[in-house]
Amino acid sequence: MLKITNLHASVFNTPILNGIDLEVKPGEVHAIMGPNGSGKSTLSNVIAGRDGYEITQGSIDYLGKDLSEMEAEERACEGIFLAFQYPVEIPGVSNMAMLKAALNSIRKYNGEEEIKAGDFLKLIREKADLVEMKQEFLKRAVNEGFSGGEKKRNEILQMAMLEPKLALLDETDSGLDIDALKIVSQGVNALRSPDRAMVLVTHYQRLLDYIVPDYVHVLANGRIVKSGDKSLALELEEKGYSWIEGLQEAS
Amino acid sequence: MSEAILQNSAEEKNRDLKELVKREYKEGFVTDIESETFEPGLDEDVIRRISAKKGEPEFMLEYRLKAFRRWQKLPEPDWAHIDYPKIDFQDIAYFSAPKAKPQLESLDEVDPKLLETYEKLGIPLEEQKMLANVAVDAVFDSVSVRTTFRETLAEAGVIFMPISEALQEHPELVKQYLGSVVPPQDNYYAALNAAVFSDGSFVYIPKGVRCPMELSTYFRINEMNTGQFERTLIIADEGSFVSYLEGCTAPQRDENQLHAAVVELVAHKDAEIKYSTVQNWYPGDENGKGGIYNFVTKRGICKGNNSKISWTQVETGSAITWKYPSVVLQGDNSVGEFYSVALTHNKQQADTGTKMIHMGKNTSSTIISKGISAGHGQNTYRGLVKVMKGADNARNFSQCDSLLMGDRCGAHTFPYMEVQNPTANLEHEATTSKISEDQLFYLKQRGLDEEAAVSMIVNGFCKEVFRELPMEFAVEAQKLLDVSLEGAVG
Repeated sequence: MLKITNLHASVFNTPILNGIDLEVKPGEVHAIMGPNGSGKSTLSNVIAGRDGYEITQGSIDYLGKDLSEMEAEERACEGIFLAFQYPVEIPGVSNMAMLKAALNSIRKYNGEEEIKAGDFLKLIREKADLVEMKQEFLKRAVNEGFSGGEKKRNEILQMAMLEPKLALLDETDSGLDIDALKIVSQGVNALRSPDRAMVLVTHYQRLLDYIVPDYVHVLANGRIVKSGDKSLALELEEKGYSWIEGLQEAS
Repeated sequence: MSEAILQNSAEEKNRDLKELVKREYKEGFVTDIESETFEPGLDEDVIRRISAKKGEPEFMLEYRLKAFRRWQKLPEPDWAHIDYPKIDFQDIAYFSAPKAKPQLESLDEVDPKLLETYEKLGIPLEEQKMLANVAVDAVFDSVSVRTTFRETLAEAGVIFMPISEALQEHPELVKQYLGSVVPPQDNYYAALNAAVFSDGSFVYIPKGVRCPMELSTYFRINEMNTGQFERTLIIADEGSFVSYLEGCTAPQRDENQLHAAVVELVAHKDAEIKYSTVQNWYPGDENGKGGIYNFVTKRGICKGNNSKISWTQVETGSAITWKYPSVVLQGDNSVGEFYSVALTHNKQQADTGTKMIHMGKNTSSTIISKGISAGHGQNTYRGLVKVMKGADNARNFSQCDSLLMGDRCGAHTFPYMEVQNPTANLEHEATTSKISEDQLFYLKQRGLDEEAAVSMIVNGFCKEVFRELPMEFAVEAQKLLDVSLEGAVG
């Protein structure tokens, strides 16, 4: 589904990623771990197509298409979803209105008809239950006045509504207390499916107790320095990020 | 991706944006219709001719002449934050009317070309559009072409007709109220309007009547070098209610055209007037060529206790907007409201706001102003909240938000407060923000293209104002904003 080859990328002309290779197949869950500044969030932003994040070398192939040729909204319509680390507030725009517009935009791109109002309501209620979100949140402005946990739940709700093929979760666990973490993880786990791939970007192993990955990659200085299964995360937790400095020199 | 490809895609993006900037002004067409238009120029003779054309009562001619003499002595105001070449008032024609039979008895007699024009503009002139439940008065250049639903309204006792006809049929009412809120000497443009206005709408809602439908006036400037000076007078008698809408468009021309209207509202005891405007006069092209100069005086008086006047405006058109819909809160417990969205794009300039004059006891006012500036647009909020000596327990809440798009536009806020009573409670909030890259990326990542994302953010920004508009108008206003902002981000 996703094949990243020798990816070098800059953020506003500062090189951050220095040769990443990664392959993600449908149904797989990959965790990307690494210390602050290692390029974790940059990777998800490059895949999602944020302005200012530029590929300088290498390629990202997504379902046989070269991602660098596509605008952010096209990537979204092709099924790439980014759950943001810091979801922004959009005053005056209700959650519901935003999601309806987004859903219809994606449907239109894929040659489908707009969703009927009744069907949309049914769908959003169903998905809101998934992340234990009260109906009144749907009518409130996007993320406005939401707590950290509510914002993250809202991200998962959006993901559930838009049903992406590839979900990138950027530090979804940051700022969550244990209860919120459980709810968010439940939501994510419910969305795991054989057709859907997920890439979790996280600083801490904690999240991986709840969302168990198939693969773990450790990122340092813009490169993947070690890959393994979920036990790698535990090893990393135990030995600390200083451990990987040694790995870097070895590689 | 190589450097060259990156550059190419950037160029492509620029080109796309440039294409978008060149959006068409949808209402920019000209109707080829035979008109009777006065030669440009203004003197007492022209005023006498306007008055004679209208067959006005003597008092009206006197009123006009007095106003004209005042106007000649008044200085042209220059305090607004707008910049434009001096207007040559002798170069403007002060009267233009589609040539037609003097009296139109039914729709069949209206020039089909005129009907076509209104059709193009989407104005429901025909009675068959009764379902829309909107009574329309259409003012084409200087004269009122047709008022729909006269009979239905008459049954409720509501008078809704061109002011020229009201002068014939209800001269005593017009005489009593005309100039009672905006006297001719009020300001330069109000004086000019009082001297030369040719038509506009007149509304009277009798005691205790809730007007059975929305009333609406549609203004259209068609002739070249013609000024439009309409005059609207709305009186809500005790315990009555009326919601009034006005819309405006003009053809696309390279010359600037002047629009100087006066609107007066009178709300008696327990009465309420809701006045909504969607102003879409031709704004000029992207280089600032052409466009309407919109110098308008709008003022309402809450004359009786417990009365209420609410102004809602969406100003997207005009090269220059100079407009301060105000409320004089004379009655005790009276309420004044001002909700405004003003958008300036390309070279448009707007200096707009409100005045809330608190005179009665326990009066309250709310001001919500949303300014959007894009391109080289300059947007100024100018407002006055004045609390007079006797106005015990006056309350005001003002909120002025500005949204900037790009780095060549400007937003300015001038809130004035004059408080002569210590019991007053005034609150003022102001914010200036930009559409952030984060917001745009967030929405794009959800599958919306840039236009849709900008539109969503801007509409959200304006929500507090849009929800004050009648439903149909709110939809129109949103669309208008979308069109006006096309290509504004880049």
